[in-house]
Amino acid sequence: MGFFSSLFGKKQKPEEVKQEAKHEAPKQEVKREPIVEKKVETPVVETKKVEEIKKENMSDTIKFKIDGKECVGKNGQSILDAAIENGVYIPSLCHMKDVIPAGSCRICQIKMNGRTMAACTTPLTCDCNNLEIENDTPEINEVRKAIVEVLFVEGNHFCPSCEKSGCCELQALGYKYAMLVPRFQYAFPQREIFAASPNLMLDRNRCILCKKCVRIIKDEKGRSVFALKNRGHKLEINIDVDLAKTLSPAIAQKAMEICPVGAIIKKEKGFAVPIGSRKFDLKPIGIGNLN
Amino acid sequence: MKATLQTIIEKHQKDATRLMDILLDIQAEHGSVNDEAIALVASQLGISKVDVEQTRSFYHFFTKESAGKYTVYMNDSVVANMKGKAEVVKAFEKEANCKLGSVSADGLIGLFNTACIGMSDQEPAALINGKVFTNLTPAKVKEIVAGFKADKCVKEMITEYGDGQNSSELIKSMVKNNLMKKGAVTFSEYKTGTALRKVVEMNADQIVAEVKTSGIRGRGGAGFPTGLKWDFCRKEAEPVKYVMCNADEGEPGTFKDRVILTEVPALVFEGMTVAGYTIGAKQGILYLRHEYKYLVKYLDKVLEDLRTQNLLGKNIAGKQGFDFDIRIQLGAGAYVCGEESALIESCEGKRGEPRNRPPFPVQKGYMNKPTVINNVETLAHITKIIEKGGAWYKGIGTKESAGTKLLSISGDCEKPGVYEIEWGMTIQQMLDMVGAKDVQAVQVAGPSGTCINPKQFGRAIAYEDLATGGAMTIIGNQRNLLKDVVHNYMDFFVDESCGSCVPCRALSVLMKERLEKVINGHATKNEVNELVEWGSFMKLANRCGLGQTASNPIITTIQNFREKYDALTKDTDYVSEFNMETAVAASCAVVGRKPNLEH
Repeated sequence: MGFFSSLFGKKQKPEEVKQEAKHEAPKQEVKREPIVEKKVETPVVETKKVEEIKKENMSDTIKFKIDGKECVGKNGQSILDAAIENGVYIPSLCHMKDVIPAGSCRICQIKMNGRTMAACTTPLTCDCNNLEIENDTPEINEVRKAIVEVLFVEGNHFCPSCEKSGCCELQALGYKYAMLVPRFQYAFPQREIFAASPNLMLDRNRCILCKKCVRIIKDEKGRSVFALKNRGHKLEINIDVDLAKTLSPAIAQKAMEICPVGAIIKKEKGFAVPIGSRKFDLKPIGIGNLN
Repeated sequence: MKATLQTIIEKHQKDATRLMDILLDIQAEHGSVNDEAIALVASQLGISKVDVEQTRSFYHFFTKESAGKYTVYMNDSVVANMKGKAEVVKAFEKEANCKLGSVSADGLIGLFNTACIGMSDQEPAALINGKVFTNLTPAKVKEIVAGFKADKCVKEMITEYGDGQNSSELIKSMVKNNLMKKGAVTFSEYKTGTALRKVVEMNADQIVAEVKTSGIRGRGGAGFPTGLKWDFCRKEAEPVKYVMCNADEGEPGTFKDRVILTEVPALVFEGMTVAGYTIGAKQGILYLRHEYKYLVKYLDKVLEDLRTQNLLGKNIAGKQGFDFDIRIQLGAGAYVCGEESALIESCEGKRGEPRNRPPFPVQKGYMNKPTVINNVETLAHITKIIEKGGAWYKGIGTKESAGTKLLSISGDCEKPGVYEIEWGMTIQQMLDMVGAKDVQAVQVAGPSGTCINPKQFGRAIAYEDLATGGAMTIIGNQRNLLKDVVHNYMDFFVDESCGSCVPCRALSVLMKERLEKVINGHATKNEVNELVEWGSFMKLANRCGLGQTASNPIITTIQNFREKYDALTKDTDYVSEFNMETAVAASCAVVGRKPNLEH
């Protein structure tokens, strides 16, 4: 498939390079600035629900504090979204703005009123006025670090050979929380790679089960391309073989973009930006790159 | 095959929210839900195959391939193992000529493990083609397998029936009630319909007030005040609402709901109808765990009788516009579905994954409509509270824990069974009551609860001290606590995690592996301390009650039985797991020589 050669931009046709640069690092070519990922359109079904929820709760402004910093948010808005709007970084691996939250990676946890909550699934309410939220504290960061370590040992993450290296959120969080050697034992699981689609590849070794693809990627008729399979530690992402074969290149592209790690890779496409100059190589996650 | 599948799909109106029923029917009809069936269901329902497969692969009792003409699901609970499960399995393996976890070569017999089937007072037990077999012995197994080979119907193999309704025409099961103590509420005299006839003269405010006065709290274990729950739901503006009864008692060691549903199901259905009247719901659903499928025909008949008596259906008890009916939804084998929002997901035909909160079920529950979900025992008590008044109920039990509680007591004792006690009884009193001597530990509230030591036997069974959904597993001094009990419980949690939250999915496995290291004598004291830290991550970071308590078997035994961990661990930096003999065993076997370890 030529992933390695394409990774370093050797075999690419000029127009592909252009296209690639466009999605991967829109401002890269012009000036070296923090790279903001292209906003991904969300399917109608999901946004509809979000809109409903929003309408119900729209109106008042909520004033609260995160680690002492004054913040302003809207009633009904998730604490995670509100924090980002206020320039406060709360890590997350499964959250996307305007998509119903999964609440599954559990890394966005914060402490409010003495209780630990997931910031992505906890909305701001009138009760949150003047609330002090703890976020960047040694206690919380220790749990976050443990979650990152758990994810590293649970799957097979070999960063040096991964196409997403430098753009991978899990890798970036590993650096952020100064993970050296995970405190947990590696599981080295046997996981299947799906490569039967002409447009995309699913490498389950790198999957962290954030469910973004499950929630967002649908075919033209609204049917799921990705879904979960099994449960517990046998949980995996299942891909509808028939739908995957006829998947349009545009949807495949979107699937790769929303994947926080290197589990979904668009086929026959290289990466214009070399390792060392990629998103998180330039600015660590949480500094400039808030989501 | 295609024709029968088509009939099943049409029977459920090609409704994707009834996917559970469709798959249950297919499994029952064909002995599996294979890929061909998945493809047909997907195309008929207009969803993708992976969306059907995600539900199939979540539940234990859906199988991709045939699980044998006769499928034996051996209960693998702690108590089953205490009572000789291993011998029974050995006998099955020998007679049926297949290994546990597989189907015999001729496809006749499948032999599998399953989590607690709610028969802890009559172990070892197994489900064979949905029928319950209790008190199994190797001799009985020989007879059973002979029956398989003679092509007998499983029903014919049951010759002795249990007590009470267990022997009635529609159940005909060998299950025993073992109802050892009847109390003032659940198992006291009652005439069906009394509460409903009283309730139609009351308004919702009065009913909620009565329930609040009674002080009743959820009997499933969490102990949320029932009156408050109903009040929240009642105040939701949405016109369509639902009442659900959680009969998915999956906590290993619990079996009291089975006895309620066998002996006094009308009490539960009446409680559901009272709830419907109060919150303004027209539809109720009883979510019944798959292990209790043998009760369905009987329960359907009870519902039918209630309709005949005008206690269900239209204009109930003569009250114009009071319409309410109940349907039974079967589960398919998933402990996590006992969590109320996971139960709702399952009812909607999906994977039983707990939902994020808010919104709470009382705001957006089944089909996103306000839903009240109560435990079987809670709803039975509601009927009695309406009949006799909240103040009467409040007068039973302790100040903070009103009423009676059904305990499912099993393990090392003379008289296992169901006991209706008043809250406030101490563990020691309970042990004396059931004839338990030489007790090492009591597992209170099942694996997700607490394992207590003899110094704590003076503690009281009550929400304010030892809260419990009712499971009490007694562990005698002859048991190896870590190996026989804690390890089995961790296995259970690893199998039953839905997998959604990272810590629950992965840390439960890592904790179990670390426990194995301790049991095998390869761990350091510091590695035990690390387990405490990992347990705190589980508690802090997981979403649902299952995940938050999945480390409890380890954490509570480290708290209360630290000496057992200390005896197995060393106070050094590192204990080598390397063993030369094991390391060279495989290669020695290949070349056919004995290892020379003298070098």
